[in-house]
Amino acid sequence: MRLRYVCIGTIIFLLATAHAKAQTVDLFADTSNTLSSTATDITTGTFKSTRIVNGQSIENVGAGILDFRILHRFGALSQGGYNFFGLDQATMRLGLDYGINSRLMIGIGRSTFEKQYDAFLKFRIIRQQTGKHTIPFSLSYASSLMYKSLHDAVTTYTPYVSDKFSYAHQFLLASKVNDYFSFQLTPTMIHYNMVDNKTIPNDFYSLGLGFRQRISKRVNITTEYYHRFNSLEGYNDPLSVGVDIETGGHVFQLHVSNSTGMTERTFINETAGSWAKGDLRFGFNISRVFTLRKPKDLRAIKW
Amino acid sequence: MNQNNKMKKLVTIMVLMLGLQITMVQNLNAQKVYATKTGQIFFNATGGAVPIAAVNNQVDSKFVETTGQIIFGVLIKGFKFENQLMEDHFNENYMESTQYPKADFKGYIKNIKEVDFTKEGSYPIKIEGSLTIHGTPQNVATTGTIQIKEGKPAIVGEFSVKIKDYGIKGLYIGEKIANEAKIKVNCKYQN
Repeated sequence: MRLRYVCIGTIIFLLATAHAKAQTVDLFADTSNTLSSTATDITTGTFKSTRIVNGQSIENVGAGILDFRILHRFGALSQGGYNFFGLDQATMRLGLDYGINSRLMIGIGRSTFEKQYDAFLKFRIIRQQTGKHTIPFSLSYASSLMYKSLHDAVTTYTPYVSDKFSYAHQFLLASKVNDYFSFQLTPTMIHYNMVDNKTIPNDFYSLGLGFRQRISKRVNITTEYYHRFNSLEGYNDPLSVGVDIETGGHVFQLHVSNSTGMTERTFINETAGSWAKGDLRFGFNISRVFTLRKPKDLRAIKW
Repeated sequence: MNQNNKMKKLVTIMVLMLGLQITMVQNLNAQKVYATKTGQIFFNATGGAVPIAAVNNQVDSKFVETTGQIIFGVLIKGFKFENQLMEDHFNENYMESTQYPKADFKGYIKNIKEVDFTKEGSYPIKIEGSLTIHGTPQNVATTGTIQIKEGKPAIVGEFSVKIKDYGIKGLYIGEKIANEAKIKVNCKYQN
């Protein structure tokens, strides 16, 4: 009896599988769309530019792209009508940034403020993505070195060239929550090769906070703040609020900030202005990109 | 003893049936499906002096040798431009790719019977079907080629789409961005 059941069971099984296999292949009915689980979808446009306002954002320029940046800061609003509310004065930084590959970018710059030269590199360690792997945040490392070429006041000590260097190391941790909102945390360490006296440390630690809020397809509001854990006396935490406006090939960043400098040392650690006293400076960043090297696949194609 | 003989008989029958089943399945599997996950789609919508072109190297495509049924699928965010800013504008301002992450095509190679998959060469094909971009389906008919090389087929084709047909809006369409985008397909399939 049992054997008969086994036999019938086998026949039913065979018929059932035969039926399943005999169906014609219908690709349209195949709902097991593998695309979203195999294709990697890297999140882009967390911020609209490679800088939030003054500080580095999680964005890099693409591989083979040269970015010519003009950063401009006016004087403080609190200077009153005689200085046309700060617009009589201006300091600027000219910079060239270049994307070596999709993860690494480098840049150089010259600021009128303290006659500084600076150079930096920024490397993407983790990229926010969905698809094969889901990673909800991006992580980059940025390192810059700054050289202050402004002559020091004459003292008994003649500084070495190396004394005039300072360095900044930053981890950038950012997440694009949706198309409308992104944020960034930026733990920062700034090292001075030389400080004024022995009671002042050479290393300074701070944490940056950055936000982007989209208000229309081409306009975003940005905010950038750095909290200093140990600080030089007489300086304030920098706070900047800006508007990013995108046009065809440019991003214009207009902002109000209490900082003057545009390098990590000067704007994070040496912001003299205070929001409370109305030391607000209007400024703008203009970025123009040039494609020096096209991606390989786009180079090969003829239209 | 009788019971044992019965059992032997049954087991023989079952083994035979299984064997038959396997041969049947193999015959039915002759309805061969070719597939790739690394096909390429290029598009060009240059309207002004600045080239607006992109490539996607993660095209998912399958077709059935006997019926000519063919599908393509791409993630919109997989299109790579020569410049990141352009790519961001493409995704956020035009394609709204968070809302409409995929584009796909479902159709038929009308003259698949004319293609001899066992012989190397280049065979012209006609493709018709429905192309969905930006959540909007449109019927598309185009021609292309199947190239058979070392037993593996590759499909190349070219066609144009009117951007506005797909409900894509934005500044610069008809100016810096052409009204019609040229699309090139290049997919090498595995057996």
